[in-house]
Amino acid sequence: MSLLEIENLVVEFQTASGPFRAVDGVSLKVDEGEVLAIVGESGSGKSVSMLAAMGLLPWTAKVTADKLLFNGRDMQKMSDADRRKIIGREISMIFQEPVASLNPCFTVGYQIEEVLRVHTDLNRKARRDRAIELFQLVGIPNPEERLGHFPHQMSGGQCQRVMIATALACNPKLLIADEPTTALDVTIQKQILDLLMKLQAEHGMGLIMITHDMGVVAETADRVIVQYKGRKIEEADVLSLFQNPRSVYTKALLSALPENAVGGRLPTITENLTDQQIFEGAVR
Amino acid sequence: MLRFILGRLAVLIPTFLGVSLIAFSFIRLLPGDPVMLMSGERVMSPERHAELMNQLGLDRPMYIQYFDYLGGLVTGDFGSSIVTKRPVLDDFLQLFPATLELSLCAIIVAVCLGIPAGVLAAVKRGSWIDQTVMGAALIGYSMPIFWWGLLLIIFFSGYLGWTPVSGRISLMYFFPQVTGFMLIDSLLSGQAGAFKSAVTYLILPTIVLATIPLAVIARQTRSAMLEVLGEDYVRTARSKGLAPLRVVGIHALRNAMIPVITTIGLQVGVLLAGAILTETIFSWPGIGKWMVDSVFKRDYAVVQGGLMLIAGVIMLVNLIVDLLYGFINPRIRH
Repeated sequence: MSLLEIENLVVEFQTASGPFRAVDGVSLKVDEGEVLAIVGESGSGKSVSMLAAMGLLPWTAKVTADKLLFNGRDMQKMSDADRRKIIGREISMIFQEPVASLNPCFTVGYQIEEVLRVHTDLNRKARRDRAIELFQLVGIPNPEERLGHFPHQMSGGQCQRVMIATALACNPKLLIADEPTTALDVTIQKQILDLLMKLQAEHGMGLIMITHDMGVVAETADRVIVQYKGRKIEEADVLSLFQNPRSVYTKALLSALPENAVGGRLPTITENLTDQQIFEGAVR
Repeated sequence: MLRFILGRLAVLIPTFLGVSLIAFSFIRLLPGDPVMLMSGERVMSPERHAELMNQLGLDRPMYIQYFDYLGGLVTGDFGSSIVTKRPVLDDFLQLFPATLELSLCAIIVAVCLGIPAGVLAAVKRGSWIDQTVMGAALIGYSMPIFWWGLLLIIFFSGYLGWTPVSGRISLMYFFPQVTGFMLIDSLLSGQAGAFKSAVTYLILPTIVLATIPLAVIARQTRSAMLEVLGEDYVRTARSKGLAPLRVVGIHALRNAMIPVITTIGLQVGVLLAGAILTETIFSWPGIGKWMVDSVFKRDYAVVQGGLMLIAGVIMLVNLIVDLLYGFINPRIRH
């Protein structure tokens, strides 16, 4: 049984000019201990499909799916209250902008202990001990002191570590990382990725890594899904994808990597491809 | 923190000077003078008029009168009423509790109804609830206060007979003023029915005075909440599996309160200005009515001193608001 199983997920937003389909028939599976990367350019529906799975989209979004199972439980048939018992505890998510993702009015300690208060029976002292332990786990120095700090007193990298610690607080089975390194500078990106991979291996969690960075994919993923304009274009294990891409879009995506540049000029993905060619060349 | 407070106090000095100049000059721009108005219908000879003006010191050059007044202010002397000869400060202190009681009731009503209404409208954006709240707020904001007061009096006091028309408490009750707040004094007096009477006298003036601040606070809360609800940290809060009430009431509202607190602070000025009209309509014996009466009598000292004291109260409230920011928004505190 897969940890997360999604079949034919469709997300539509009601806009002034009619419904807009952001995700169009995406299917995916993630197993325990597996790292799945979802790659695609901005607007390809990577984040929206994961937010939809967690039930975090605004009410203007209409989400339908043939199957939306977490650990064998149907997320679509669950009440909101039951879903809230799963998200934050069994499925957690970290986001792209770590500083903006933390509430500026509360200390980071409050924000991490809050998850424990909602999802566990730990008392105040135990929650604080667990928070300190989590801060140590993600490599935040002086955790006792740091718990009393506000997000604006920390760097972007530190805030992302806080987010990761918060996400790991209840030992989730699945962690969804939505471009966790995009807003950070290169050296910090490496540290955060290494940390995520280490924790994933130690805890045996399923990890869904949403990214548009093929370098991150190569370094982290077991399996890769390529998305374009809300549709799945290709799914493959990471080696096959890089060595033997089958869809025209994936080939174009890889040839646009700086290390693959020929003749001192980088091709853009869509300059030689129309949407029709991309969708016709899709390998599901 | 002390430096912050001292900095804010230093800014108050030029503001005080500006207010004193405006208070001094505007009342003198009105035609007529206190001596003429005191004489009323009786004919007064030009000699007698000049003599009285001389006695009151009003025949001196303007700048001397101004500096004389300013010198008094520095030593805490707000002058004495030309009409009643009583010190302005004494009258102010005696009448201010009535205004404060009315204003506090109004701001409590405005905050307690305005913030939840704004939050509800933002959460249910675009729904009939949102449209009803915002429609009502627009009407409330646009309504002339004296007209609204008269409508309520006609309906509730005249037609239904539920509430009294004017005053602070029924004439049946008499007890010494301890705090100056009728609600508290009536309770302290121990007289049966006194408190209930004080409440019924408060209801209509409170509604009238609260209407505009209520509308402004509701609208401001709604727009601040809409902005905050779209922030990343609200999404994070929801991704933790927190209940909607906790997400909206704690994570979003705390951030949305920062602009709302500013608005509430600014509404205190509107309240005191509104109190002048409301007190006149309901014959509420507070500083608003006192100021209006003094303007009609050209009681220069009372108008000047009253304005200075009202300005002082508004500045004090804004100072408190500035301090509250630091409490609510840690980015200012650190």
